[in-house]
Formats: sequence, C-alpha cells, structure tokens
Amino acid sequence: MSISLQLNGKAVSIDVPGDMPLLWVLRDELNLCGTKFGCGAGLCGACTVHQDGLPIRACVTPVSAVAGKKITTIEGLSADGSHPVQQAWTEIDVPQCGYCQAGQMMTAASLLSKTPKPTDAQIDVAMDGNLCRCGTYCRIRKAIHRAAEIGAGGRSATPGKTAAQPGGGAGN
Amino acid sequence: MTNRRFFLQSSVLAGGGFLLGGGEELAAQPPQRRRGPGGPGTRQVPSAFIAIAATGIVTLTAKNPEMGQGIKTALPMILADELDADWKMVRVVQADLNEGKYGSQSAGGSRSTPNNWDLMRTMGASARLMLVTAAAQTWGVPPAECFTDLGTVVHKPTGQRLGYGELASKAAALPAPDAAQVKPKEAKDYKIVGKSMPTVDLPLMVTGKPIYGIDFKLPGMLFAVFEKCPVFGGKVAGANVAEIEKLPGVKHVFVVAGNGDPSSLSSGVAIVAEKWWYANNARKKLKVQWDEGSTATHSSVGYAAKAEELFAQKPGFSVRKDGDVETALSKAAKVVDVKYTFPFISHAQLEPGNCAAQFVDGKLEIWAPSQTPGRGRQMAAQALGLQEADVTVHQLRTGGGFGRRLANDYLVEACWLAKLLPGTPIKLLNSREDDMRHDFYRPGGFQHMRGGVDAAGKLVAWHDHFVSYGEGEKWVSSSNIGPGDFPAQFVSDFAVEATLIPTNVPTGPLRAPRSNSLAWVVHSFLDELAHAAGKDPVQFRLDLLGEPRVVGQGMTAYDAGRMRKCLEVAAEKSGWGKRKLPKGTGLGVGFHYSHSGYFAEVAEVSVSADNRVMVHKVWAVGDVGRQIIHPSSAKNQVEGAVIDGLSELMGQEITIKDGRTVQSNYHQHPLVRMKQAPVEIEVHFVLSDHPPTGLGEPPLPPLLPAVSNAIFAACGKRARTLPLTKEGFRWA
Repeated sequence: MSISLQLNGKAVSIDVPGDMPLLWVLRDELNLCGTKFGCGAGLCGACTVHQDGLPIRACVTPVSAVAGKKITTIEGLSADGSHPVQQAWTEIDVPQCGYCQAGQMMTAASLLSKTPKPTDAQIDVAMDGNLCRCGTYCRIRKAIHRAAEIGAGGRSATPGKTAAQPGGGAGN
Repeated sequence: MTNRRFFLQSSVLAGGGFLLGGGEELAAQPPQRRRGPGGPGTRQVPSAFIAIAATGIVTLTAKNPEMGQGIKTALPMILADELDADWKMVRVVQADLNEGKYGSQSAGGSRSTPNNWDLMRTMGASARLMLVTAAAQTWGVPPAECFTDLGTVVHKPTGQRLGYGELASKAAALPAPDAAQVKPKEAKDYKIVGKSMPTVDLPLMVTGKPIYGIDFKLPGMLFAVFEKCPVFGGKVAGANVAEIEKLPGVKHVFVVAGNGDPSSLSSGVAIVAEKWWYANNARKKLKVQWDEGSTATHSSVGYAAKAEELFAQKPGFSVRKDGDVETALSKAAKVVDVKYTFPFISHAQLEPGNCAAQFVDGKLEIWAPSQTPGRGRQMAAQALGLQEADVTVHQLRTGGGFGRRLANDYLVEACWLAKLLPGTPIKLLNSREDDMRHDFYRPGGFQHMRGGVDAAGKLVAWHDHFVSYGEGEKWVSSSNIGPGDFPAQFVSDFAVEATLIPTNVPTGPLRAPRSNSLAWVVHSFLDELAHAAGKDPVQFRLDLLGEPRVVGQGMTAYDAGRMRKCLEVAAEKSGWGKRKLPKGTGLGVGFHYSHSGYFAEVAEVSVSADNRVMVHKVWAVGDVGRQIIHPSSAKNQVEGAVIDGLSELMGQEITIKDGRTVQSNYHQHPLVRMKQAPVEIEVHFVLSDHPPTGLGEPPLPPLLPAVSNAIFAACGKRARTLPLTKEGFRWA
C-alpha cells in the first residue's frame, strides 16, 4: 500500500506493506540508518524516533499507523550536529559504542522540548525506555542538563530577548 | 625502553606525500602471534600507519576493531603525539584486515593498548625523525638544531619553518631509521596523549551516520536470517522450504547442513529476501523438523542437582594445592563453610550479530563488525574451502562487543550464503532472539567454599571445590579457575579442586572472562571471613595482601603493592570507616587483578525493609600503568564497567531447559536502566611505573562483590546466589 508521511520536514510517499514496522521502512526502504535495531520488541529504545514531537519505538510501530504524521529521526534532529542535544553529547563525550545513542538523543530531545529544564528524577522517568549496554547513563544525565543549558542560552540569545550570560542559563 | 623489535619502511605517496609503515619484527614475536599469509619471518609491504600529503593533511591508520573501547581514537593519538602532528590536520581511517602488515588486529583481553603502545610510539617518533632530517638537509644545518612544533619543523637558530606537507616528498626518499635507535618522547613532552581529544567517530555518531556493521549496504544486496535448532547442536531434518519460498519478498530458502562447530557453521534454515523484514517475517510460517540430538534433556535445574551431588563426592581433580588445608581448617579458630552459585549469562550487546559478504569469481569479500577479523577470515576460508589469500575483510564499527564478537559464527553464515549466491551481496542479520538464544554464554558455576581464620583473625586456610562445566579435566571455554587466581599464593594452606559437568551449552569469553564471576565469589567469601574474624573488611584484605611485593611469577605474578595502593585509595576516597551512615545504608569493598589491571572498588548501597536496593555511589580506583592515554574515554570505560557489573549482579540469568535457552529478549535478561544507575561513579587512577595496559575489562570484576558486600553491610543479608533477584532483592 502507498503511505505518505512527513519525514524530517519533507513529504515522503512509500509503497510497502502496511504492517512493515517504521524502523525497517526507515532503514531499508528510505536508507536512513541512524535509527537502530536492537530488540524488535520495544524494550531497548534504540529505534526511538519522534511522532509529532513525542518519542515512539519505530520497531513496533507499523508504518500504516504513522500515515500522515510528522516523523523526525536522528538525521532530522540536525544534519550538522548543531541541535543542543547533539552539542551536549559531543561536549560531554557521552558514547562508547554509540549504537544506542541516536535513540537516547531522540528521547532526550523530546523531553527537553516539553520540559526545558528537567530534574534528575524527570530525566530518569523520561529515559527509562532507553537501554545503554555500554553503561553511559551518568554521562547521558549530565548531557541532558548541559543540553538544557545550551538550549536556554540559544533561545535567550535570539534578537529581542535578554542576552544570555556566557555559558548559558542558570545552574552552571 | 622496549625489548620488542620493529622494522620501518617508508615510501613516496602519490602526489608527493610520505608514507611510513612497518611493524613488529615477526622473528621477534612469539610463535602464536606470527600471523598473516606471509608466514613467520617474512617482511610485508609497508603499511600506511602514517601518510602525510603535500597539503599537510596527516592520515593515520587505526588498526584494531572499534567496539566502544575508544581504540580508534587512542592509537592514532599516540602516533600523532610522537609525530608532533597538529591534531586539527589529522584524519583517521580504519584499516582493512591485514595482519601481515599491521600485526594482530583483534580486540579482546584488554590487549589493544599494551600490544600497540610501543609500536605506535616507534612509528610516530620515526616519522618525526625523518621529517626533521629532511628539513635539516633542506637548510643544510645539523638536525640537532631543529625541533618540531605542531606539524612543522623549526630551525632554532634562524627561526626558519617548514610544514610537514612541504617536507613529505623529501622525507619519503630518506631511508627509514633503525627502529631500535628511535627514541620516543618522554611523558612530560606529550601534547596529545593524556588529553581527552575529540573521539574520532563522535560527529558521525551524534548525527546518525551509517557507520556500523548493520548499516553497511551494497547495490543489489539481499538480506538473510538464519534459523538454528533451539537445542544446541541440533540439526535440520526437514523444513517447509517450498511454502516459505512463496512468501512476500522471499528470494531463496536454504537448508544448511552445517559443519558441527557452533562457532563456525551450525545446521539451520536460511531465508534470503529483498529486505530483512521480509526474511524475518517469513520465519513466522517456517516449520522445521529438528533432530534435537541427545542433549535435549539438559537443564539448569539438572546442572544444579548434579552440582549438589558432586559436592558430596571427592573432587574430580586438583587445580592447586599448598600446604595441608584440612589440618589448617581443623585448627582454625573459626571456619566458614558456604556455597556460592552463579548463572550462565548472555553478552546482550545492542547491535545484533551481522555481517555482509559477497562472493565473486572465487574471491570472497567481507564487511564485518568482528572483534577477531583475522580469525573470522580463517574460519570463513576453512568453512567455504577457500584460500585465506582469496578473502578480503573490511572492519566496520561494532555496536558493542563484550566478547560476543570474538566468535565469528554470524560471519561464516553470511559467507556461506554469499557462496551459494555468487555475485549477490548478502547481509545476514540476527534478530535479538537469535542473539540471546545462540550466544557463547558466560558459563555458570558452583563453588563450595571453606575458609578458616585463627584466633588473631588471620586467614589461615582456604578450600574451594569448584563445580563447573566440561569433560573430565577439560573445561569449556571461559569456565576455568587457575592456579594463580587470588588468593592463591597469599594463604599458605590452600587448595582449589574442581569437578566438571558435561554441557551442550556453547560458552565463551564475556568481558573480564572468569574474573567476572570468580571475583564475586572470592570477595564475598573474604567478607564473610572478615566478619567471622571480627575484622574490618578493608583491614582484613590489607592484612591478606601483606607488604608491597610481587608474589609468584610469569602467568601467576601478582603485585601486592599495586593492589594495596588501589585499595588504600578507594578506602580513603570513600571515607571508609570515617563516615556515619544512615541505618539501612552500607559500604562494601572488593578488588581484583585481571587483564594486567589492578582495581579496587567501594560501593555505597541502601537496602529497604522489603529488599529494594539502591546503589548511591561507587568509587573505582585502578592502576593500569604510568599513562592514561585518553582520560575521558578511560573514565567512560570504568563507569561502563560499573553499570555492566550491576546488570550482571541483579538480574541477568540464562536458564537452560530441554537443552535450549529459555530467555529471548531484554525483558528476561535485563540491563540496568538509568534510574537504577548510581548518581555518581568516582574514578581515580593510580599511576605506577609500568607500561600502560587496557581498561575494557579490569574495572568490572570488583564491582559485583563491592555491591554484594555493601548489601550485607546495609541489611545483614548475605547473597550467595546470582542474580540477586534469586535472593529476593530488587532495584529500588
């Protein structure tokens, strides 16, 4: 069946069985391989993408269920690594193998879009569905706080708003 | 500075650049390390460890597999520092497999750093020397008047400068120096080593670029799954091949007889489809008649019952015997007599096993995320009846290794299918269920421990009857205890004996093999003995280690001084014995030496009335020699080992029933999640005057007993069975 969706800001139409999981549509039909396959059962979060800004598990989401929706993948977060989450992940040197990190960053980006300055407890709740086999959790927590700072700094620096202090928002 | 001998060869790079390569003199290597098609003693064409273009761009070759341990950044950093390169001008490329050129290209045993430290320093320093010589000749001045500075050679008296790019073609024409005469830098002169340089693939990771094995694609590629018999070693007797061939997207179905070696090619049914999802989906309709063989009766329950039976009998054989342990136990003031049990566990690396292969005109090309690509090539060549020289292997980044990719079963399977479909690129990809049900598991084990302390609280007797897996005296992979395993050599009346249970379960090394279970048993039991002796657990261990000295030699050498120092620092940093802790909170300690690294760890843990466990903080102190190459990556390895240890401790278990694995996915073999991770992991390195060694493995083993002992300190309950869920504990 032909299915249309908004993928990383562009209209995309594909002809695949409706029950093909979004993960495999992304990876094998559209060649966007940043979204990873880990468990195939919604247990590890490596395949996390955004549907209308909220994190979903692409491995257990039939593509028919996202017809007409806005889907964002790691490739759509920013191509040049300029999203605050990508900047923070780089600055904190989060990854080891890196395989889970696209999913981690997508969940973190969604959290920050709804909760710009999350507490540790809010981070733990939001990130509960994302496994990191290498065990980089302490760095992920730090990076989410740092991304919050970068995000706050970025917004404050836009014209017409109060200029941010060097280094971003409060809590430095 | 080193007793290893290297050879160097330089050559001119197209466009006027400079190429420096070489390796370890093969004749100087122990026989087991002489690899590659050239055979012992031969010199190969120089490899491009360092290539300098006329533009000044420095391309450094990362020789070993990268699986998250950071070696793709660390080894090029050493080259770049000795070269005095400007890191901004450095590009890093992953080497293809060519052990004749590069030396061993495996990633395991925390060996990548110690095996390459001298080689990388010699290569970098030699290239720098040649560039200095080229500049001195250009200026007609003595080389001693020149120095290097971030990619340029400077003539000190006149201030003249020439960039490495400008000198490249001249340097390439010079004879390579005698490697034995090349002096690497002193540590005080490092500009790159010891600094947390940007991790090489980081920009690609954070933007989702296709850099892993699973991401590799070729035009016309077909995708495969490989269904094996759930019972280990079982064979296909028949399958509904014709029915599966008609399913959507399916192109081919093959019944594979296999070669009887699960680490090479198992018997199974391969489904090859246009896309992986079609292949995996077709499995739902797959009906296979299996010949399950004679081991379909094996079970974890059966193994445990057998162990109990064997504990009542005379042990099968002796591993080590010092003094007279029975007499010492009979004279001891207090004796502790207990049994410990730990389970099989799975590697559970996040990127499932996969490999791409293409067979064209009798030549095989492989794109593999493997920890042992050389062994993989050998196994593929053997299985397919090819010469190794006709097999090319490209190394791809792996989404975690942990020892799973030391085996190359997925590689051989992909190659087998590629040979069945000449010209067609094949990508084999395991499902999570395949990975969890067909792993080479960390073997379980059973230990009957008896120990005695004298009236002064000194450990005077140690007896371990280890029931493990194997046949007769032949242990299955990674199940053994050795004659040098601590506290051997520290207790005068000491014996380790073993009895082995036959098993059909494939086993293999998992991060810190053997140590990951033995350290938990040894240091939990030491804790019991410390309490029996009425001694503080840290002091009891310091007394056991004794004065700083090296005990034993060769494979059993153990530096009590290095371990003491780590333990003392861990105790000091954690405020051991100095802090008043709330009720229900306790500190626990453990230490372990493995893979050339010494680590002591302290955990602060609270346990609620209903056995909910929270690990608040872990202090990890390690000695891996005189130089930490990349501090951020080094700490990351230690932090990760702590988290990994928590997963192993609390929830992971592979159970065997009817000759097969019960668990199938992460819900049954849980990894620690963020909310369960300690808020802080404090890492310290003790710098000792020894060559730098690896960090992938040694930080893991002490974590398990440190937490287990902290649980006892917090609530008085002693865990003697893993995972801790079996003792009634849960994460808070």
